[in-house]
Amino acid sequence: MINIQNLSKSYKHKKGSIKVIDDINLDVAKGEVFGIIGKSGAGKSTLIKCLNLLERPDSGKIIVDGVDLTSISANELRIQRQQIGVIFQHFNLLSSKTIFANVALPLTLQGNHSKAEIKAAVDEMLSLVGLSQFANKYPASLSGGQKQRVGIARALITKPKLLLSDEATSALDPQTTNDILELLLEINQQLGITIVLITHELEVVRKICDKVAVIDKGKIIEQGNAFNILLHPKEPLTRKLIIEEESDKYLEKVKHFYQFEKHPNKHILLLSFVGEATYQPILNTISNETNAKYSILRGELDRIKHMPFGQLLIEFDGDEGSLEKACTIMRSMKVHFEIVH
Amino acid sequence: MSFAIITDLTTNVDWSEINQATLDTLFMLGFAVLFSTLIGIPVGLILFLSSKGRLLQNKWVYNILSFIINVLRSVPFIILLIVMIPTTTMLVGTSLGAKGTIPPLVVGAFPFFARLVENALKEIDDGIFHMAESCGASTWQIIWHILLPEIMPSLVASITVTAIALVSYTAMAGTVGGGGLGDLAIRYGYQRFQTDVMLITVVLMVVMVQVIQVVGDFLVRILRK
Ligand SMILES: Nc1ncnc2c1ncn2[C@@H]1O[C@H](COP(=O)(O)OP(=O)(O)OP(=O)(O)O)[C@@H](O)[C@H]1O
Ligand SMILES: [Mg+2]
Repeated sequence: MINIQNLSKSYKHKKGSIKVIDDINLDVAKGEVFGIIGKSGAGKSTLIKCLNLLERPDSGKIIVDGVDLTSISANELRIQRQQIGVIFQHFNLLSSKTIFANVALPLTLQGNHSKAEIKAAVDEMLSLVGLSQFANKYPASLSGGQKQRVGIARALITKPKLLLSDEATSALDPQTTNDILELLLEINQQLGITIVLITHELEVVRKICDKVAVIDKGKIIEQGNAFNILLHPKEPLTRKLIIEEESDKYLEKVKHFYQFEKHPNKHILLLSFVGEATYQPILNTISNETNAKYSILRGELDRIKHMPFGQLLIEFDGDEGSLEKACTIMRSMKVHFEIVH
Repeated sequence: MSFAIITDLTTNVDWSEINQATLDTLFMLGFAVLFSTLIGIPVGLILFLSSKGRLLQNKWVYNILSFIINVLRSVPFIILLIVMIPTTTMLVGTSLGAKGTIPPLVVGAFPFFARLVENALKEIDDGIFHMAESCGASTWQIIWHILLPEIMPSLVASITVTAIALVSYTAMAGTVGGGGLGDLAIRYGYQRFQTDVMLITVVLMVVMVQVIQVVGDFLVRILRK
């Protein structure tokens, strides 16, 4: 659906220029929910603005559904943009227009639809986002979550193949965020619309993303299945974004607490179970086959998109030989593990 | 005492002349507001759109237009009236009376109004422009479907402010043969010491200003949703 090749973009400042997008290559498949995460100022918004050429890159190609946006005329670009829906953090609704007129705007701008066509389309869209009874109200009287629903309805009214979202849930409370994410997921699954979203909330990635790319200083430093990136991030920065928040802080405490210098045989292991592995009696097997002891420090169950996973933090008490044996067992059972200490 | 004033008002004052003067003032005001708005809106739009970082960014257009507006705004209205006599005669055939006052009124008011329009446009959130461009809107569509509707309440408020400024401009124009209430106030009040006539004209203008303000505020309240 999207194919980005060698994309670069810099902004000129008084003192020279800074590269905000630095030679990015990216592929998004049709029907995917693709998340882009990164620190503030990493270039996420710039990247997503390049996807409908709101920002013109200095070099590189942006091919959306087979059309290279960088090589077409202004008029063709306007037509392509109508095929790409966008939702925004601050909704960007027109305060002077009713909800109906706000949702109808993209069709009104296309100029080739009859009043009846527009009415039918808007009514259908409003009922999809659950706002039919608000058609004649003005944005000022809506809550944040309702405004974002209007934003989504407006983005979808032209039946786009691609939906871009820059922090669409960042201005909303957790419950509303959840509702909006459910709606996006429903849209993705029922209408088959590809979604590219930027977020700083891991919750968003966990709930709806299939793929994730991590961007730092204009470069993509890691990308892949949401599952792998979330559970086994490789790059230090990704770990920082994803893990440190929770587990690492906890690990710090554990390390502090245990005074490992006095117990050379004690290790801390972090185990992640996904899918089938979740149901295997792994700890039992380990303790049967080695003479090591273990105790569970912390465990959690969660899901990423629809896939359940478990994480266990255990204290392992055994010599080098049994540790090695335990590792072999875990590998053979396809349990992902990390020797934290 | 008060009784005496009332008899004075009914005997000494030529009410038909006051009627005529009021109509003249309203005529001047109406057309001056109309043309200031018709000229000010596009000028304000061009100023805004040609400014830095906007859709039609153009340093030259912006700087030149901005300079002309500043010059017009810094010329005292009374001087504008005199300087414009040849232009006014060319445009409407006379530089006297209510008709001859309209061109200088418009030239005096539209630059002010254009700045108000520009400021109202600056208030629109950048996100709205991103949204509009993302929808594939052309510049014309952005102006027509988005900018003008969005600034409508401010536009009405700006027209109100401009119309009120124009009330006192029309009075000033009266001093140099412009007709209307100002003319009456000068001729009777100042030159013939008929304070009662002056008082009436002032009261009428105060009423006009009040009515404009109240109606303007009312419309703004309806438009702001
Ligand atoms: N129009 C612009 N002119 C100059 N510099 C810009 C412009 N837009 C963005 N930048 C700079 O580009 C860099 C990346 O900005 P961008 O908005 O893409 O970051 P971001 O990843 O979206 O950050 P955040 O999470 O805070 O939204 C920043 O250093 C920013 O200052
Ligand atoms: Mg951003």
